[in-house]
Amino acid sequence: MSYQEARALVSLFSAVAITIIYTAIMAPRYPNADPYSPEIFHFWGSFFVILIVVSIIANIVIIIIFTILNAIATRQEEPPVTDERDHLIELKSAQIALYVFAAGFLVAMGSLVFSQPPSVMFILLLCGGVASSVVADISQFYFYRRGF
Amino acid sequence: MKKLVIRNNIRRLRFDHNEMTQQQLADTVGVSRQTIVAIEKGNYSPSLELAFAIALTFDVPLEAVFFIEGKA
Repeated sequence: MSYQEARALVSLFSAVAITIIYTAIMAPRYPNADPYSPEIFHFWGSFFVILIVVSIIANIVIIIIFTILNAIATRQEEPPVTDERDHLIELKSAQIALYVFAAGFLVAMGSLVFSQPPSVMFILLLCGGVASSVVADISQFYFYRRGF
Repeated sequence: MKKLVIRNNIRRLRFDHNEMTQQQLADTVGVSRQTIVAIEKGNYSPSLELAFAIALTFDVPLEAVFFIEGKA
């Protein structure tokens, strides 16, 4: 397995793990209030802002740890060059992820159309975001494995 | 547009050039070894710039490196 394939898998598992752990920590803090009260919007606003910051920091830390462990275990260092194939694979997987996120966004907005409470919309938005990240990592792994 | 099947002679050309390794070719043209592997297998069609860089490395014209399957 190449460095890029292994990194895509690590990124996939870290994205899922971070979201699950973070959600498990935040779920008990969900306010016991009216579904349309400002408290609910405040909760979801802070949920997403903190999640984005936590994800970025955790991803950087995990990738650093992975690079070190991978270098020790396989004696295979991070490729010194990022070439045109890497950029194309990155673009292609980002495009697929964008489609998934757009679909998730539409479904989330659709929940409001069908008079669902805002929390349902935010949960669907979160699911769309996680799904797009997972699909991006899976497609990246697939493209690297296939060659392109 | 009909999809063209592009093949290449990189493996043979490497052999003819003192058994150049994939890593050596990759270093010369500035890509990763995995990219050379993907090109050799026909899984990835390189950009025109990279294709010319490979041809220049072997000091042969482009059509000596890449060719369309089924065309003379």
